[in-house]
Amino acid sequence: MGNWVVNHWFSVLFLVAWLGLNVFLFVHAFLSFEKATKYYYTRQILGSALAWARASARCLNFNRMLILLPMCRNLLSFLRGTCSFYRSTLRKQLDHNLAFHKLVGYMICLHTAIHIIAHLFNLERYSRSRQATDGSLASILSNLPHQENYSWLNPIQSPNTTVVYVTFTSIAGLTGVIITVALVLMVTSAMEFIRRSYFEVFWYTHHIFIIYFIGLGIHGLGGIVWGQTEESMAENHPHKCAEFFDKWDDPASYCKPPQFEGLPAESWKWILAPGILYIFERILRFYRSQQKVVITKVVMHPSKVLELQMHKHGFSMEVGQYIFVNCPSISSLERHPFTLTSAPEEDFSIHIRAVGDWTENLIRTFEQQYSPVPRIQVDGPFGTVSEDVFQYEVAVLVGAGIGVTPFASILKSIWYKFQHTDHNLKTQKAGHAALNFDKANDILTGLKQKTFFGRPMWDNEFSTIATAHPKLAVGVFLCGPQTLAKSLSKCCHQYSSLDPRKVQFYFNKENF
Amino acid sequence: MGQIEWAMWANEQALASGLILITGGIVATAGQFTQWYLGAYSIAAGVLVCLLEYPRGKRSKGSTMERCGQKYLTRVVKLFGPLTRNYYIRAFLHLGLAVPAGFLLATILGTACLAIASGIYLLAAIRGEQWSPIEPKPKERPQIGGTIKQPPSNPPPRPPAEARKKPSEEAAGVPTGGPQENPMPVNDEVV
Repeated sequence: MGNWVVNHWFSVLFLVAWLGLNVFLFVHAFLSFEKATKYYYTRQILGSALAWARASARCLNFNRMLILLPMCRNLLSFLRGTCSFYRSTLRKQLDHNLAFHKLVGYMICLHTAIHIIAHLFNLERYSRSRQATDGSLASILSNLPHQENYSWLNPIQSPNTTVVYVTFTSIAGLTGVIITVALVLMVTSAMEFIRRSYFEVFWYTHHIFIIYFIGLGIHGLGGIVWGQTEESMAENHPHKCAEFFDKWDDPASYCKPPQFEGLPAESWKWILAPGILYIFERILRFYRSQQKVVITKVVMHPSKVLELQMHKHGFSMEVGQYIFVNCPSISSLERHPFTLTSAPEEDFSIHIRAVGDWTENLIRTFEQQYSPVPRIQVDGPFGTVSEDVFQYEVAVLVGAGIGVTPFASILKSIWYKFQHTDHNLKTQKAGHAALNFDKANDILTGLKQKTFFGRPMWDNEFSTIATAHPKLAVGVFLCGPQTLAKSLSKCCHQYSSLDPRKVQFYFNKENF
Repeated sequence: MGQIEWAMWANEQALASGLILITGGIVATAGQFTQWYLGAYSIAAGVLVCLLEYPRGKRSKGSTMERCGQKYLTRVVKLFGPLTRNYYIRAFLHLGLAVPAGFLLATILGTACLAIASGIYLLAAIRGEQWSPIEPKPKERPQIGGTIKQPPSNPPPRPPAEARKKPSEEAAGVPTGGPQENPMPVNDEVV
């Protein structure tokens, strides 16, 4: 338990802060709409549903502001670079950007549900009080005339109008339905199964977020949330005049009929800055991808693995980073991430395995020796936890399948650093377990004989390392499937000593 | 985009639509909205859609992840044969189920989402996709030491590898079994 806290304290703090802000914003907005005098008359018709709708809207705005930020990869890389003097645990949080994006997405879905349900009640209540003839305050308010601009409260103008009609003829209603359908499409195409199996469906559909954000900006323009104006409250203060609503029309009465105004749109204020940052990020990605990439070497490895060695002016990388690769002749819009398998000391290279449409097409294109080499665009590099390998005196690198790629980069770099006696290199020992699932050949060594018999017994490995290095911090790095991550993570917790001065295993996982 | 099985996405979309229909229906019925009977219909339609869509079909290429506990529903859905196998029928069924819910505001979102799912199923049907059930695999008995490809050929206790290699077999490069001198008598106990 103690080790879990050491490894994850910042994540926990961050999440608690995020949840806390959500709760605070919700409660604050809820109370202000539930208690404010300005909305007294509105509440006579709508009840608490008004406050529920506004509170969830506030949280929605907050989360929409946040959701674009984890996707600004270049900004995050920049932050990683400038934070090099901070502890690596802080920088590691930047690698959890995808997880945070998903979490914020789920929160948006939850608040969308609350918001829609609250508005369904609002519309139903507006409709009922418009049709009511019992002379209650609610029905009087609903029947306030629509002739002048500010003298009415109920947007439903006649008793015969249906709520469906009102929804689709108001800006808020129409944009609301459109952006909710867009949200549902984004979520269903982003389900793990779809994302892993048919990445293109996810990638293209998820760009509907552009429609979502534009619709969101327009959503509040109608000013459909009505509250009493300041001037009107001087002439008709609800606490004094609400009881005497039957006398409002009487010119001799102290209370005049109330006047209302709409709440101005506020969503755009929340999303403007992140929106601009994200547009800037996309422009930057495009600009970087336009720079010329020269392919210096193409190697076809057995079991359909293609190695590309490339050179790009001004490109500099760290170990274990990844790049996005786009090949316009195969698909102009698709970009896919690949770990760099080269060390920073040489031309950069990637190993690509044929797993789907795009990769198979790419490999087939490169296999044709007599046609010109296709153009490649590259964006990156982007950071991962592998950069921290050199901070540990003992590093255990575990790669499964194509997951060996980041560690190929690290091992090559260690070799180069030993060659140049790099004094920054703390690593004295690096142990590499490569689990290859290829039936015929070992992709790393090229031998017929597999590098390993069966699966390693992690308990034995960990206890051996713990005994051999009783006072050191050991970094355990994994690039592989989730089941392996679970067993390695468990071993790290189990074999880390409770005494912080003794052996500690720090588990780092990469995922894409 | 050639390998995409649209039915897989249609399935997720339809399942989500079913849940949205149920939620909208509950809100309308519980709140006793005008025309709340459409809300009651919507709950029933949503449940039907969810039951039909919960068992994921088998992908034609690659392995398919089953949803938790779907094998019971797979059996039921399989019973209907071509009615559930064919995606044209599913597309029109979903469209038909979606229409009545479109008259009530609380469920209109479910209608829109289910209509989209119906459209994607139509696309899948045009491309010749079909629903096939994921059959449970016969459980393989875990072979003890199955991942060890070349188990040692000498019984324990074994001397280290260098002592085991005999000069006559070194050319063949294959470690052979053979009688060896055990320091203590070894009993083979059969329980």
